[in-house]
Amino acid sequence: MAYQSPPATAKEAHASHPGTRHWWLQRVTAVALLPLSFWAIMLLDLCLNAPYAETLGWLQQPFNSACIVAWTVAVFYHAALGLQVVIEDYIAAPGQKIIALWAVNLAFLFLALAALLAVFRIISKG
Amino acid sequence: MAEFTLPKNSVPTEGKTFQAPIHAQNIRRFEIYRWDPDTGENPRIDVFELDIDDCGPMILDAILKIKNDIDSSLTFRRSCREGVCGSCAMNINGKNTLACTKAIDAYPDTIKIYPLPHMQVVKDLVPDMTHFYEQYTSIKPWLETSTPAPAGSERLQSKEDRAKLDGLYECVLCACCSTSCPSYWWNSDRYLGPAVLLQAYRWLVDSRDENTAARLDALDDSFKLYRCHTIMNCTDTCPKGLNPAQAIAETKKLLVQRKLG
Repeated sequence: MAYQSPPATAKEAHASHPGTRHWWLQRVTAVALLPLSFWAIMLLDLCLNAPYAETLGWLQQPFNSACIVAWTVAVFYHAALGLQVVIEDYIAAPGQKIIALWAVNLAFLFLALAALLAVFRIISKG
Repeated sequence: MAEFTLPKNSVPTEGKTFQAPIHAQNIRRFEIYRWDPDTGENPRIDVFELDIDDCGPMILDAILKIKNDIDSSLTFRRSCREGVCGSCAMNINGKNTLACTKAIDAYPDTIKIYPLPHMQVVKDLVPDMTHFYEQYTSIKPWLETSTPAPAGSERLQSKEDRAKLDGLYECVLCACCSTSCPSYWWNSDRYLGPAVLLQAYRWLVDSRDENTAARLDALDDSFKLYRCHTIMNCTDTCPKGLNPAQAIAETKKLLVQRKLG
């Protein structure tokens, strides 16, 4: 039984403010991923069907190098933003929520760095 | 974690059955959620068979008939019986609506009536609206101005500016939309919900209001506003045909425009 009065439970003196920025970045990354995902399908097609040397040459073209870096950053950032919303929706306990948010953000940061390192290693070959 | 399991003593049990009079020709079956806080028992589903030839046409007429003729302990809110007070909001056959504006004939067979979902129940079909009303108060639903009112006249508004309030001012705060929203179910302690956000937008677009910036500041919160994930249950269920989801989207647009502008 809580003895807090109803106004105290419904009103927060100040808004927490990251709301609009988070929502807007979700949209920006989503829009960026639309063309980039079509580009990623082309890359997947090459990976599955073309010889290694041809795929490497294609990827080393400046436009394609830029695309894979942009796709990697956008996809991991978008995933982290989205999972953060899911965690905030369904995990109410403050301690669990903070641990889960940190875990997700660090995991995606690590994955993005690993992916980018792999990209740089591949495109700097030859 | 979110509440995926029901709290103790919340699973409804089979209740009493009240059969229709023997001479009844046109019988409809109503299954109604009952819960009495004084007994300490689980809620139960009572079955009422009504002679529809001896009853008014709307769902509210049916439950009034039950209360008047069959079981006077059936508890629910009602007032205007024409969809302007919002008191008789309840869940009828799985959809939140106003009992007074829904015809019995609009439903094919058995009619199941429950209180608004995911609210604390006071008794039977009466939910506790305290938090909902407090959230409404928190958005300051009144005209806020810093300039003095014009001498000898009211604050004027053009027809075009007045038209911006259409589809917003008609809200009767029945809470059908908010209590149909899964985001509101999980996070109503912080998320304002569609009804209150529609009202917040009603004051954001009022040309006479002079506190728009502060109103937007107060809404720029990952929970108060941005728990809306455009599920659209609110718009689907609104018994007044309003579109809270659009009002929320317009509010987000105002915030982004301000951020980018």
